[in-house]
Amino acid sequence: MRGIYKAFDGVPVLRDVDFEVRRGEVHALAGGNGAGKSTLMKILQGVYSKDAGEILLDGRPVRFNSIHDAKAAGIGMVFQEFSLIPTLTVAQNIFLTVEPLDRFRLIRDREASRLAADVFRDMAVSVDPDALVGELSTAYWQLTEIAKALAQNARVLIMDEPTASLAKHETEVLFELVARLKARGLSIIYISHRMDEVYRIADRITILRDGRRLFTEPLAAVTPAQIVEGIVGRAVEGEMVYQARDTRARAEPALEARGLRAGRRVQDVSFSLYPGEILGLAGLMGSGRTELARCLFGIDRLDAGELLVRGKRVDLSTPARAIEAGIALIPEDRRAQGLVLEHSVRDNLLLPLLRRITGGLLISDRRGRALAESLINRFGVKAAQPGRPVRLLSGGNQQKVVLAKWLGTEPDILIMDEPTAGVDIGTKSEILAMIRALAHAGKAVVVISSEYPELLAVSDRILVLRNGSVADELNRQDIPDEESLQLAVQGV
Amino acid sequence: MTERTTGATGTPDHSGIGMRGHLATLDWRRYIIYIGVVVVFLFFAVLLRDQGFLSRNNLLNIFRQTATITVIAVGMTFVIACAEIDLSVGSVAGLSSVCTAMALSRYGMGAGILAGLSVGVVVGSINGGLVSLLGIPSFLVTLGMLGIAAGLAQWITNSAPQPILNDTFNWIFGSGSIGPVPIVIIWMSVFVAIGAVLLAKTRFGRQVLATGGNRTAAEFTGVNTKRIKFQVLLLGSVVASVAGMLYAGRLQSGRFQWGAGDELSAIAAVILGGTSLFGGAGSVVGTLMGALLGGLINNGLILAGLDTSQQQIIRGIIIILAVAMARRK
Repeated sequence: MRGIYKAFDGVPVLRDVDFEVRRGEVHALAGGNGAGKSTLMKILQGVYSKDAGEILLDGRPVRFNSIHDAKAAGIGMVFQEFSLIPTLTVAQNIFLTVEPLDRFRLIRDREASRLAADVFRDMAVSVDPDALVGELSTAYWQLTEIAKALAQNARVLIMDEPTASLAKHETEVLFELVARLKARGLSIIYISHRMDEVYRIADRITILRDGRRLFTEPLAAVTPAQIVEGIVGRAVEGEMVYQARDTRARAEPALEARGLRAGRRVQDVSFSLYPGEILGLAGLMGSGRTELARCLFGIDRLDAGELLVRGKRVDLSTPARAIEAGIALIPEDRRAQGLVLEHSVRDNLLLPLLRRITGGLLISDRRGRALAESLINRFGVKAAQPGRPVRLLSGGNQQKVVLAKWLGTEPDILIMDEPTAGVDIGTKSEILAMIRALAHAGKAVVVISSEYPELLAVSDRILVLRNGSVADELNRQDIPDEESLQLAVQGV
Repeated sequence: MTERTTGATGTPDHSGIGMRGHLATLDWRRYIIYIGVVVVFLFFAVLLRDQGFLSRNNLLNIFRQTATITVIAVGMTFVIACAEIDLSVGSVAGLSSVCTAMALSRYGMGAGILAGLSVGVVVGSINGGLVSLLGIPSFLVTLGMLGIAAGLAQWITNSAPQPILNDTFNWIFGSGSIGPVPIVIIWMSVFVAIGAVLLAKTRFGRQVLATGGNRTAAEFTGVNTKRIKFQVLLLGSVVASVAGMLYAGRLQSGRFQWGAGDELSAIAAVILGGTSLFGGAGSVVGTLMGALLGGLINNGLILAGLDTSQQQIIRGIIIILAVAMARRK
């Protein structure tokens, strides 16, 4: 791709960007929110047309006027928001629009299953081609997406944050697969915010900032600090380092859980959470972390056990009661659970605060605007027009809207489930700083994260969950490094 | 709500056990309509033994009475599987019946059939065009069209029935029978068979399901979802116009009331048949079963001597019950 220029409504988002991927190369593409990564990739896939510049494939200029053109030329994409049809089977998804037909032009579903099984065998992974996609876990969705691209003879594979929703061992499977594909001569464009991954699998990295290419370098030639600085535009220091705080001084716990049980996933969980403390929840997928959070916020009913807020027994059987008790939950999936995507930034922010802006019977528009404005400023949400749909914001800014929305309720107890999932490094460090500031101001915070460095950076204490119960409780000072936390989580 | 979200996005936290449990309920739910048809049939067979429920004539009657609704519902299956809705099918059938009858009495049978089909093509194109090109929700477009088509049918006939005296037409489109089999049942079978293959075994059908299941994903896979939306609405309307001719042939006249309210019966049949109201999954054979269930209930309740008001109440209860059972986990 040479000299790519693209503007929306006269505002340039890509200026003169050059980008090249070699055969058999894994090329990392990084940049903050709005740097132009996704626009560049959408041009490559034929979703957007470029205003200037050219795309060359094997040295020959090509024109992509539609997704179809790009696909036919061998550009495959593994989407961050997966592009599969949940109601169809794996094989049906893989061969969508290119189904094998018999002489009556009817679809040969069995043949499709067989071909899909072949592709999966080639990939050395095991996926049932006849399973309904909607009933599989995210890891399988991703493998299906990759198979879909391969079945359609992709030569360039774009992977957008492929590990964002994968567990550790699933990530390993993915990395092995990437290495195999690379050995077969596939070119892979790897978009990721995670430094360790980039260093592990990519050969070169290109950094975009403000719609321009900052540099393209072999990874051996750049340090992580240079990359982060390139993305954020300033040096980021200290965010990922634990800053010890005195927490156990206060006698009364903000929240106390005694023998909680709920469904299959929460089996006898007890713990105390103190004001001013950040409590990390670690555990594998399925260990009950998310389910525990849901119980604490009244989404799932407790089968047994009791909850005490500031020493008093409380009934948290609905989210409304939990909010009243001063609890807020930042949910795992901001798009499905945290936001009404089609509503404006302002309406999303004000949803839990309606009582505060209601005068008499009616909502006061003036007070709403002012309150939303103050939240936007306080939490650094980059939203030029609060009246526009929150869907249009970048992932990082959407997450800030979710945070701002709940912090606006002035909770005493905050539960954050994967608070930095899918946000760029700059926003991530802002969010981590925000978490620390909240604890500093005396709030009690629970952080659930599958990223160990993040847990270690903020938590004062870490609870390790295994099979729905507390397997271990570790003070931050007693965890020397990431590896020992990992071992504790794995239970070895 | 939470169950639906996790089902749709496939949260990684699903354990093996959880998933198997999920599958089991899904399988059970998928066959609820077949179970329903059998249970209701047996129920009436025992209860209405002496009223002749099981007589050959009565059984054929059930089919005959549901045939037209089934034909409309086959088209509706595609529309709903594509996550759209078509509320205008009933009035399209009515308009088609009067246009057929009027053209037929003046210019002969060929012109009559052509006039009926044109109603479907024109209305379907307008519906499809407004939905896919202008992006107006199909609910609104077809709600408007319901009024327009019904009004037109009444206006051009001055509310008067249009008799059809052409015996060939009447025979082909409803009054005739081949051996013991009424011809409407043959029409119905042909539509169900073609519809079932079209939805399950062709690229078009697969793309309809894909568009209904996740439009963005389908678009990104290279499916022209605008064209698909246009095509399903066109299909729904054309099929409804054929149903209008079946009314005309069976009742030997065109009349603006024919088909009035059929959209609701057809939607009920489609949903009872297991097609997702949110699109993405559908079954034409299921739709046939849904329509049959409706027919069985109507027939049984009449034989049991209930009056129309009571029938309506019981029909409503059964629809809600069936859908609720199909959803319960």
